[in-house]
Amino acid sequence: MIYPNSKTILEVRNLCASVSGTPILKNMNFTVKSGEVHAIMGPNGSGKSTFSKVLAGHSDYEITSGTVLFEGKDLLALAPEERARAGVFLAFQYPIEIPGVGNSQFLRLTYNTVQSHRGKEELDPLEFDDFVREKMKLLEMREDFLDRSVNAGFSGGEKKRNEILQMALLEPRLAILDETDSGLDIDALRIVSKGVNYLANKDNAIVLVTHYQRLLDYIVPDFVHVMEAGRIIKSGGKELALELETRGYDWVSDEYKAAARVAA
Amino acid sequence: MNEATAQSSSSYLQNLLAGQPRVEASPQAWLNQLRSAAVETVSELTIPTTRDEEWRFTDISLLTRVSLQPAHSTIKLGTADIKQFFIEEATTRLVFVDGVYAPKLSTAAGKGIVVSNLAAEIAKNSAIIKQHLAQHAALKDNAFAALNTAFLHDAALIMLPRNTAVSAPIHLLFIASQKEVVSYPRCLVLADNGCEATVVEDYVSLQDEAYFTNAVTEFVLADNARINHIRVQREGAKAFHIANCSAILSRSSNYQSVNVAMGARISRYNLNIKMAEGAECSADGLALIAGRQLADTHTCIDHAQAHGVSRQLHKCIVGGAAHAVFNGKIMVRRGSQKTDSQQSNHTLLLTEKAHVDTKPQLEIFADDVKCTHGATIGQLDQEEVFYLQSRGLSETRARNMLTYAFGAEIIERIPVASLRRSLEQTVLEQTSTQL
Repeated sequence: MIYPNSKTILEVRNLCASVSGTPILKNMNFTVKSGEVHAIMGPNGSGKSTFSKVLAGHSDYEITSGTVLFEGKDLLALAPEERARAGVFLAFQYPIEIPGVGNSQFLRLTYNTVQSHRGKEELDPLEFDDFVREKMKLLEMREDFLDRSVNAGFSGGEKKRNEILQMALLEPRLAILDETDSGLDIDALRIVSKGVNYLANKDNAIVLVTHYQRLLDYIVPDFVHVMEAGRIIKSGGKELALELETRGYDWVSDEYKAAARVAA
Repeated sequence: MNEATAQSSSSYLQNLLAGQPRVEASPQAWLNQLRSAAVETVSELTIPTTRDEEWRFTDISLLTRVSLQPAHSTIKLGTADIKQFFIEEATTRLVFVDGVYAPKLSTAAGKGIVVSNLAAEIAKNSAIIKQHLAQHAALKDNAFAALNTAFLHDAALIMLPRNTAVSAPIHLLFIASQKEVVSYPRCLVLADNGCEATVVEDYVSLQDEAYFTNAVTEFVLADNARINHIRVQREGAKAFHIANCSAILSRSSNYQSVNVAMGARISRYNLNIKMAEGAECSADGLALIAGRQLADTHTCIDHAQAHGVSRQLHKCIVGGAAHAVFNGKIMVRRGSQKTDSQQSNHTLLLTEKAHVDTKPQLEIFADDVKCTHGATIGQLDQEEVFYLQSRGLSETRARNMLTYAFGAEIIERIPVASLRRSLEQTVLEQTSTQL
């Protein structure tokens, strides 16, 4: 939701990034203020996922120019774990499985690590158990979820719910959800969306990276952006998503090219 | 093989045999004969070299440079000295110090089930022991197994009567306390029809100098017997550990084994499982090594009859300049139809110098069977490390957790909670110091 006098959480200026020498992000500009929900859409290969990974600090991507400020500080100077502790959260498109490590143990470790870096109180296993069970209710997760190994043998929907559970625990200022809707059935989509909506507030911001308008029926964005060839070529309100759904992406691309010609 | 090596390797065995005449004669003539026959066998064999196919990757020449003697005296140990090794769930425990039975440190069982020193039990159960001891073909023509038999005196004997279920694990604890000593641990487990038990075979050390453990373990499972066998090799850093284990599985019996190798400078474990109709087994393993350690696991699962089920997951975590070897043979004999066998071997190499040789070997002579096998070798997945970092964990912490998890998948299969916890702790410590 757009609030008056909200603080700027993320400010991306002229960001260029490449992977093994191939430029992927080309002059990306993007600003997010607290309370807002942004959707980044665009065809495959437009650079959406790269952008989310760059924000989270993935080492495969080389930043060639540009700046990213997170709450006024240089985000690019931080290691991935420092970004997480500072309040950046990336929900993965494909969460990894860690057989051998219990989910509750993992969740408590990440929670306590982040808490201690924020100068907040850590929880012992019993306290954490009560705490996490409350959060699990939000995502309609079964109790045995905690006893299983991290994501091992989880269905697609369970993995995504586990991602949102981590978001609920880590309370990020900026949550980037990378294709969280992909592979979900309607029921799981509804539950995940309900969780995200519940977690959204005036102090944090959410960036939804998605292919499909479907997710945006459940999590209503304040802004919709279209990415192509490593930059945002069009921004609008939530109605833009509906237009993309009916008309596809080509017209946006054509419009952008025409405007570029006029400018030239 | 040239003359000179043959000479030196056989003379090495002769040197090891030099102490054999001092082994106390048994009142059982057959046992004395068994030993003499073993002495003969050793005399005909040479110590294996990397020119032997079965020892291609495992160079044990370092062993031949250490002068070794059987323990002539034993160090007096009290319970307090070895309590750290105890397994809390185990109500029966046999302790051997440098291969010698330590009755004061042991809690044997003699009623119903037998968990005792073989030297003490042999008169009472001579016939059945004679029938099984050192009779498995897999132990023949094996210089180390024959050496062990040549020195056979004290040994862990477990006899489980028909349809008995022993819920508490039985702990066989082999402690090395002196340097330059060779010990010959021996276990014989006779599991009668329908019995159930968990046996923990555990090798530990109280010192860090070189010594040699040459162990032989035999399991004989009668029809429908169910045995869990957990083997933990946590020998001292300069130790040599060579062990042969054979398990004979009768009809519809079930042998579940987990073998963890984390100690010793050089270790070799041969596991031979022979399965009758409808028998089931698992042969899981974890080698966790670093520095200049070498850990070699050779297994052979022999589906000698139809309807057998075997499962094997063997993992290696190799750090430093260590070297892991895995050779997993699955044999499906003619007529062993409906065999169902799965084998996988995964190795995690933590450093540039870490090294693994892995060789799955399937020999299938029946046409209606289901056999799968697979092997992977790799480093930690960068995406997995990134995932954990994105949750606030440092890179080191993330790597440790993934390494730990890789090993924990095997440790989790150990059905003794306190042992599982203590090994998980060891894996956690090892994986965090190696990085």
